[in-house]
Amino acid sequence: MATVSAGDLRKGLAIEMEGAPHLIVALEFVKPGKGQALYRCKLKNLITGQLSDRTYRSGDTFQTAEVRDTEMQYLYHHADSYYFMHPETYDQIEMSAEDVGEASNFLKEGMLVTLLLYEGRAIGFNLPNFVELEITETDKWVKGDTASSDTKTAVVETGYALQVPPFVEVGDIIKIDTRTGKYVERVKR
Amino acid sequence: MSSVSRDKPQFLSHLESKRYNLLVRSEVLRLIRAFFHTKGFVEVETPLLLSTVAPEEYIEPFTVEGRYLAASPELQMKQLMSAGWDKLFQITHSFRKGEKGSLHNPEFTILEWYRLAKELEKLMEDMEQLFLFVARGLDGNAGISFGGGQVDLSPPWKRLSVTEAFLQFAGWDPVAEFDQTRFDIDLVSKVEPNLGFEKPVFLHSYPAAAASLAALCPDRPEAAMRVELYIAGLELANGFFELRDPVEQRERFEIARERIRESGRTPPPLPEVFISCLEYMPPCAGAALGVDRMVMLFCNASSMNEVMAFNWEEC
Repeated sequence: MATVSAGDLRKGLAIEMEGAPHLIVALEFVKPGKGQALYRCKLKNLITGQLSDRTYRSGDTFQTAEVRDTEMQYLYHHADSYYFMHPETYDQIEMSAEDVGEASNFLKEGMLVTLLLYEGRAIGFNLPNFVELEITETDKWVKGDTASSDTKTAVVETGYALQVPPFVEVGDIIKIDTRTGKYVERVKR
Repeated sequence: MSSVSRDKPQFLSHLESKRYNLLVRSEVLRLIRAFFHTKGFVEVETPLLLSTVAPEEYIEPFTVEGRYLAASPELQMKQLMSAGWDKLFQITHSFRKGEKGSLHNPEFTILEWYRLAKELEKLMEDMEQLFLFVARGLDGNAGISFGGGQVDLSPPWKRLSVTEAFLQFAGWDPVAEFDQTRFDIDLVSKVEPNLGFEKPVFLHSYPAAAASLAALCPDRPEAAMRVELYIAGLELANGFFELRDPVEQRERFEIARERIRESGRTPPPLPEVFISCLEYMPPCAGAALGVDRMVMLFCNASSMNEVMAFNWEEC
């Protein structure tokens, strides 16, 4: 943790505010005519995700927040807890189902994800943009059935259900875009 | 002749991308000069390396070889007015330490003009006519497109007092009770974003504590005869009905010097020659306009860098 003044603030820096790390997502130097130098910031609370606007004077000081991205491997989940492990130190980190949120739809054992660590705990993570998952349930495709709709429902190994083209079958591996949750293509049958 | 096969350096293609804006800039400068010459103003030049500058709490000058780089040409322009000129203008560079952002560059182009006047009204009319003249000279149109909106430059523009603007947008009156930090923060975050989006706005009658070098209103000494021009939320120009009382001017400079000392900096010496000229200065009004911001407006640019060939980081 380091002390910085408003003049040292930069986009991408995380600072402590009201007990939570806040990421500076936008920063603008403003100075009214004959007035003092001000820094208008857009901050994102890294725990709640909430955005806020603040204006600071050049003399204001801040504590930087120790927030870092760390690549970790997803191990398994048990009840409401998700467990991740650092691939080199073997340190384990636990996250609640609530914090993992909808990303649990795409978490497969052994997958590498980027965890955002703050004071020894994970406050968020980034999934890869695309994941490959196996189909575990879907209706059989009847060849020549041109009357049926363009897509059908399928369930992948994580339990996540989505719409896929009719030719996709149980056992196929498909690519999913984690940002939209949608089917991209069939990787292997 | 060898053929050029390598890719051009990135800084050259960056410069090339500014070609259109630099052409507009050249036209704006030509039109500003044409406007003031037509109106009978005399163009002057004043030095950039000075023995002192106006002590101002929030303007930090650069020092070079024991001298100061001009933070504005104001003092020398007023000394010339004291020597009997009636209409003067100048386009020059000014320097202010640490002012760096999308609307600031530590070295910038400033237009200042001074005229004999009995109040601020004439100065506001100069601003209205100047912008209209430049806009018409560029494309024959009295309207400009800026930041996704349209601004109609045809006069008269809106006049709004600081009291009216703050009561409407920030819920308090800084003229009745002044608080510097609250004033600055509310001005940039609540008031300015509402000013000048359909027609330009003159914000006038500033709190006496923010008078700077302006005279106080004779019938309302808590307010100063100071005006700021806003177009599409952008602060373009600052104007004063000039303070001519040497005693009061000295007092204001001393207060500013004390504040500079309190903030840990060394204040510039009192500009004694300027102060001694004031009793000879006729009633006059003067304005300072940010030329780079004015060009931004006519180029629909979102930062000063887009309209300057080289900004602070590029030279």
